[in-house]
Amino acid sequence: MTTYTATLGGRSHQFDGLARLLAAASPERSGDRLAGLAAESAQARVAARWALAEVPLARFLAEPVIPYEDDDVTRLITDGHDAVAFGPVSGLTVGEFREWLLSEAADAASLAALAPGLTPEMVAAVSKLMGNADLVAVARKVRVVTAFRSTIGLPGRLATRLQPNHPTDDPAGVAAALLDGLLLGSGDAVIGINPATDSPKAVRDLLELLDGVIERYSIPTQSCVLCHVTTSIDLMERGAPVDLVFQSIAGTQAANASFGVTLGLLDEAYEAAKGLGRGTVGQNALYFETGQGSALSADAHHGVDQQTVEARAYAVARRYDPLLVNTVVGFIGPEYLYDGRQILRAALEDHFCGKLLGLPMGLDICYTNHADADDDDIATMLTMLGVAGASFVICTPGGDDIMLNYQSASYHDALYLREVLGLRPAPEFEAWLGRIGLLDVGGGIRDVSGTAHPLLAIGKEAAA
Amino acid sequence: MSDVTESGVTDSQLGQLATLVRALVAPPESDAALWASLRRHTQARIGLGRAGSALPTRHRLELQAAHAAARDAVHSPFEPDAVAAALTGVPTIRVRSAAPDRLTYLQRPDLGRRLDDIDRAHLPRDDWDVVFVVADGLSSRAVHDHAAPVIRETTALLPATWRVAPVVLAEQARVALGDDIADALGATLAVVLIGERPGMSAADSLGAYLTYTPRPGRTTDADRNCLSNIRPPLGLSHATAATKLVALMRRARALGATGVALKDESDAALSPG
Repeated sequence: MTTYTATLGGRSHQFDGLARLLAAASPERSGDRLAGLAAESAQARVAARWALAEVPLARFLAEPVIPYEDDDVTRLITDGHDAVAFGPVSGLTVGEFREWLLSEAADAASLAALAPGLTPEMVAAVSKLMGNADLVAVARKVRVVTAFRSTIGLPGRLATRLQPNHPTDDPAGVAAALLDGLLLGSGDAVIGINPATDSPKAVRDLLELLDGVIERYSIPTQSCVLCHVTTSIDLMERGAPVDLVFQSIAGTQAANASFGVTLGLLDEAYEAAKGLGRGTVGQNALYFETGQGSALSADAHHGVDQQTVEARAYAVARRYDPLLVNTVVGFIGPEYLYDGRQILRAALEDHFCGKLLGLPMGLDICYTNHADADDDDIATMLTMLGVAGASFVICTPGGDDIMLNYQSASYHDALYLREVLGLRPAPEFEAWLGRIGLLDVGGGIRDVSGTAHPLLAIGKEAAA
Repeated sequence: MSDVTESGVTDSQLGQLATLVRALVAPPESDAALWASLRRHTQARIGLGRAGSALPTRHRLELQAAHAAARDAVHSPFEPDAVAAALTGVPTIRVRSAAPDRLTYLQRPDLGRRLDDIDRAHLPRDDWDVVFVVADGLSSRAVHDHAAPVIRETTALLPATWRVAPVVLAEQARVALGDDIADALGATLAVVLIGERPGMSAADSLGAYLTYTPRPGRTTDADRNCLSNIRPPLGLSHATAATKLVALMRRARALGATGVALKDESDAALSPG
């Protein structure tokens, strides 16, 4: 095993292997401390960054952080690496790569061409040398465009997931929250429900409810009921109206096993979803959720820090040309990301790494009540991620999810972000908003409180 | 129009949706009345109105009030004296986990699962059938409000032959601390009553975790049964929780197991009534 060293503060710091070096170079976070992987001191952390800056990018191909024989995600990363795409940066160290990414040489076209040549460990490594502003500046240059019935990721656009959850999946309760979100201009990324149970019957009922609404009102969006991939496969075989196939994924074979998935199972779902052909402007039909801490939580991290493991989940995601990928960044709790500061940093890292690897990255900007965070942290994160060019964010009524008991962004928050940054909804959805009278002359969402209700038009369409 | 109407369930769902849409097409006398009618179907914060793109002041403050209640629930100190007093006549023992304070507790779940060594030595080892562990978890308020009545009503329903250990009141405790406690006491069943992670709409929700012959380090969450959302009047009542718990405990003893095996066979016992 290679030992990496740097001298700082009058002493020499040693790191045995790339995994230890990456972990020690990570910003302070509770999950790495819990795993016993965090740097032992503030100086050791910076020493690790000095040492990491000197590591050639090519070294990450020669020294996998989890052995090839032990882990199918490592095999996916290694076997899928595109040496030709890697060419332009193949001679750089991690420190030089940071500077290249920040330079004018790295533009939307060169970054898109580079993506297949990058591995998760390379992008995780360079992210550890970047400040929060660096993570915004580089991610902003990357554009990943995907499509199903709406187009996600275009410059100047921000899509939202409308999340009308209900603790008992009551259809009327879901429909009421759905209409509230539509009135506030939300739902162009997906109308996505976390069901209270994973039973195929309950999932199918919700799918048919959403499909009925989307079809009756000709809404250019897609639905998703976030169930296990095996449930989706079963439902597709039975002819249920599945738009997007969902799955939570993680960055190691063992962590994926704890979610009950394998690459083979995801391959099967991918083929089935492609075969449905339910998209109109594109056929990106998968939706993945990830989040730092899941591998540690499953005791499946192999001594790799939680951010690097998270980036490895994106190698799994990109195999399946997903429409949407989002990190549920503050969901797991303070034992992984303690406070608003740690959650913000993780959000920027995840978005940056996902985008560099070629994914349509969005975020569930969120926190639980036992984390040290509040609605001001949501506003800060939203603003930075909006500037960074996030493809979409998840929105809940009033920012309070009554099914999952956590706080996320609200529909109002998305209105704010679109307003201050001049961002617009997905083009197909924006046109629909115009047709039903929800757009004002400036392109914003009209406040329809009161009597002049644009849903009168929806009612007339339904009656026609 | 669409093939989804072939399904009876979907007809019903779309029927309910159509009712909502009709309510919107022909709104009641005021906007407030419209949203009030929609709110009958969900506790979600819908129809809040707008101040520009933002929330009206009243709703912003209401959200902050709900968040404050949840935060206070997480950080309010556990008061074992109050729980012991509410358990009149029932012997109790105090213990702490290895997490010395709240900040450590929140970041180090491993410490919250481990009994303090000094406390371990004070637990009276015997042939106990069950031990009730009151654990503060993430909401001491849930524990203060609901733990004692649930224990009283549950023990009242247990067969008189069951040997019930002193109630253990555990501070800075995670669910798995009950494994350590039951192991030290020699108890066959552990029932951990713990404050659940508070949401903005529920800051006082108690969970009950049942584990048969727990063994620290070997027992996993898959070996447990859980009753959650004990929180009258909106959640499970104390009496219902007690009835369900006793049914689970009897089944667990008959089966010699908790977890997946028990859950699969206990549906009948847990049916309403």
